[in-house]
Amino acid sequence: MPQPTQPVTAGTPATSELAIEVLGITKRFPGVVANSDVNIAVRRGTVHAIVGENGAGKSTLMKMLYGMQRPDEGEIRIDGKPVSFSSPSDAIAAGVGMVHQHFMLADNFTVLENIVLGSEPTARGALNFGAARRRITELSRTYGLGLNPDVLVEHLGVGDRQRVEIAKVLYRGARLLILDEPTAVLVPHEVDELFQNLRELKSEGLTILFISHKLDEVISVADDITVIRRGRTVGTANPRSTTPRQLAELMVGSELPSPETRSDTVSDRTVLSVRGLSVTGEGGRTVLDNLTFDIHAGEIYGIAGVEGNGQSELVEALMGIRSIAAGTVTLNDRDITTTSTRNRRIAGIAYIPEDRHRQGLLLEAPLWENRVLGHSDSAPNIKGPLIDRAGARRDTERIVSEFDVRTPGIDVPALALSGGNQQKLIVGRELSGDPVLLIASQPTRGVDVGAQAAIWEHVRRARASGLAVLLISADLEELIGMSDSIRVILRGAFVAEADPATVTAEDLGAAMTGAGTVSGAA
Amino acid sequence: MSAPGRVGIAGRLRQRYPLRSVLLGLAAPIGAILFALLASSVILSLGGHSPSNVFSTMLKQAERPTSFVDMVNQAMVYYLSAVAVSIGFRMNLFNIGVEGQYSLAAFGAAYVGGQLTGGGPFHVVIEVLVAMLVGAAWAGIAGLLKVTRGVSEVISTIMLNAIAVGLGSYLLHKLGKSSGNNIQTKPITGSGQVAGLSYSGTQAKIFGFLFVAIAVGVAYWFITGRTRFGFRIKATGLNEQAAVASGVNVKRMTLVAMLMSGAVAGLVGLPELLGQTHTFSQTAQSGLGFAGIAIALLGRNSPVGMALAAVLWSFLGKSANQLDFIGVPREIAAIMQGVILLSVVIAYELVRRYRLVLQQKDVAAQLAATPPPAPTNQAVTA
Repeated sequence: MPQPTQPVTAGTPATSELAIEVLGITKRFPGVVANSDVNIAVRRGTVHAIVGENGAGKSTLMKMLYGMQRPDEGEIRIDGKPVSFSSPSDAIAAGVGMVHQHFMLADNFTVLENIVLGSEPTARGALNFGAARRRITELSRTYGLGLNPDVLVEHLGVGDRQRVEIAKVLYRGARLLILDEPTAVLVPHEVDELFQNLRELKSEGLTILFISHKLDEVISVADDITVIRRGRTVGTANPRSTTPRQLAELMVGSELPSPETRSDTVSDRTVLSVRGLSVTGEGGRTVLDNLTFDIHAGEIYGIAGVEGNGQSELVEALMGIRSIAAGTVTLNDRDITTTSTRNRRIAGIAYIPEDRHRQGLLLEAPLWENRVLGHSDSAPNIKGPLIDRAGARRDTERIVSEFDVRTPGIDVPALALSGGNQQKLIVGRELSGDPVLLIASQPTRGVDVGAQAAIWEHVRRARASGLAVLLISADLEELIGMSDSIRVILRGAFVAEADPATVTAEDLGAAMTGAGTVSGAA
Repeated sequence: MSAPGRVGIAGRLRQRYPLRSVLLGLAAPIGAILFALLASSVILSLGGHSPSNVFSTMLKQAERPTSFVDMVNQAMVYYLSAVAVSIGFRMNLFNIGVEGQYSLAAFGAAYVGGQLTGGGPFHVVIEVLVAMLVGAAWAGIAGLLKVTRGVSEVISTIMLNAIAVGLGSYLLHKLGKSSGNNIQTKPITGSGQVAGLSYSGTQAKIFGFLFVAIAVGVAYWFITGRTRFGFRIKATGLNEQAAVASGVNVKRMTLVAMLMSGAVAGLVGLPELLGQTHTFSQTAQSGLGFAGIAIALLGRNSPVGMALAAVLWSFLGKSANQLDFIGVPREIAAIMQGVILLSVVIAYELVRRYRLVLQQKDVAAQLAATPPPAPTNQAVTA
């Protein structure tokens, strides 16, 4: 039996080998869990991953390491010496650099200008780019970053921009790089390139702290893993002997709830019928290629795929947000191909967007107004041309209690709620008013396990009463457990279909990258 | 968390508008005004003037019937302008073009109104409609450019302002006639004028358009706060992508909001035109559109807040006239207006952040009542 994790003990390896050491760090904010007794030991010349759910306290920890916040208790040691940062410039001086999740680059500057911005080299008061250019070229060659110093940043892709950010940190002499969710913005081959860069940095003796919640990536790139849950370090894991599932269980602190749908409720009544749907993206690129499928009442139709293979475009085309190049969409025998988003909603399409902050909520508006969002054409929210405030408020109270939204009331703005509770509110809203089709895109992304189980249960119940569901999820366990049938989407086309009763996550994962065929294919 | 079955109106009000939140809401404007008083006192003292003397002179001036009437009239014009601006603000549209919209609209109404004779009550109705149509059309150009070509409405309305000035004086030369040094449109007579309200102690009249301004305020409150249409405007302003995903046709809303904003802007020049001058000339009041932007900001787009802000703005502007007589430059009022505006913007932001922290603390406290199971250190075995 493999023994993938050990309880945390600071300084298991000899202290001199440690690039950075975090000892008993505690950080309190009014009313929120931040960090409590966090212990991490990072060996020099390694990639050390810190994993944890959204809100587990990873960002707070990183901010303390980078001098943006000060710990209330505990000690940070760099190369064995205690340090105390009161600002990021202290951290930079100590050789700690941070690559933020959101790039902070000026588009109209060249790579060179962006890298030196804030520490411009001068000779007798005038800018002197010659030395900087040599230094950047050398950095780029040493670490295989492949940067041309004189290209405008606006012409660079996301992967290159990230390398500029990394070069910026290296230019300032960082020996320890903190990367905050670096893969969140990358497509798969860019992720591979990033990991290659990280290996080169590592081989040159640099140390990398890699924050993520994508477990398969963590396992592929990290030398050591520390798991954080609810602000505490709860364990370490060896990536060579740990599976993503074990890591996930360590992250959430319990056996993962199983997303299984129990009985077969699929009827032969077709709710959504899509024929030959094609969508063209910018520059005439085909992003959806001739998709044809049916979803029946009581059926959960799952779509597996690596993000960026046309899922968002499919959802937006079905919602009428994105215009289509060819094909027809029929809902309950009614052609809705050219129907507006509003009328599709009136016709009974409910929508859980993949990014709740971007498409699902009015963050600054109270909960009850968020109840009205997207449902301002139907009871109980309206009275003729007017908003029925009393009705909307009553129904929001109902959602809050039925869907267990933890909130002091319905007049607080949506942004005061945690992600899981925001999501429960959205699910409650979208399942209101007897929809016929639910388009659920990443319905449990970034929510805690309790909320996840509750959301699954509500979707299952709606399915049992005849709801048709299009489920798009990056969580393969969820997809396999919930779906009645699964299609794999790759570069905008369905490349495989799988029977959720027999398929494994590994097979599905292989099919998603186009590498394998799905065993158990129907 | 559901409220107990039946609560009285007072209870419901307390629940919906807790004392803390009301106080926080008032803190920003009152704090900003106090700060502006302080800042202008310092400036006055540095200039060797007595602040208390200046402020009491200003207050006394406001009490005189003639200047009181003048202030009310000015406030009503400011208010209309602010409402026009705030319709755009609700949707994150910056209609900087109220200035051009109202001056063209006033010209149109004056010209059409001057041509008509008789017509009874319809005479005024036609003038108002012409003004609203011209204002809407002028703003609509910016709206169309935005939805079809993606032109920022800030740029296009500023440019349309410049064009409106030129177009207005061209049309005035073409269609008006000179009287003395001035060129003006044919005066509006009899049924085209709006009678004023008497105020004891002065010959000056409060513009009858007061009722229209109040009606516009009520309609603004009702449409933005109570209707489905208003909800969609608000949703678009708060989160455009969420609005799109929930079925709002943002392009159409943008155009409609610009048209509505322009239509209200068209009313701005009418109180004076129909109630006092009865003719459009090059001496018509200018700068009202820009004052409207300041007042909409100060009043936070709220129908009541903007009314109070319009009164304050007008008080500062008008009462300063008297300062010349005590040897204090009247520009001190402009300084106060500027300081109030700057500090109120900062104060609103501070209050917004503080309120957010409080709310998040409330939610956290609420959740702490049902704590999640404490994590324990553990080692996973496969």
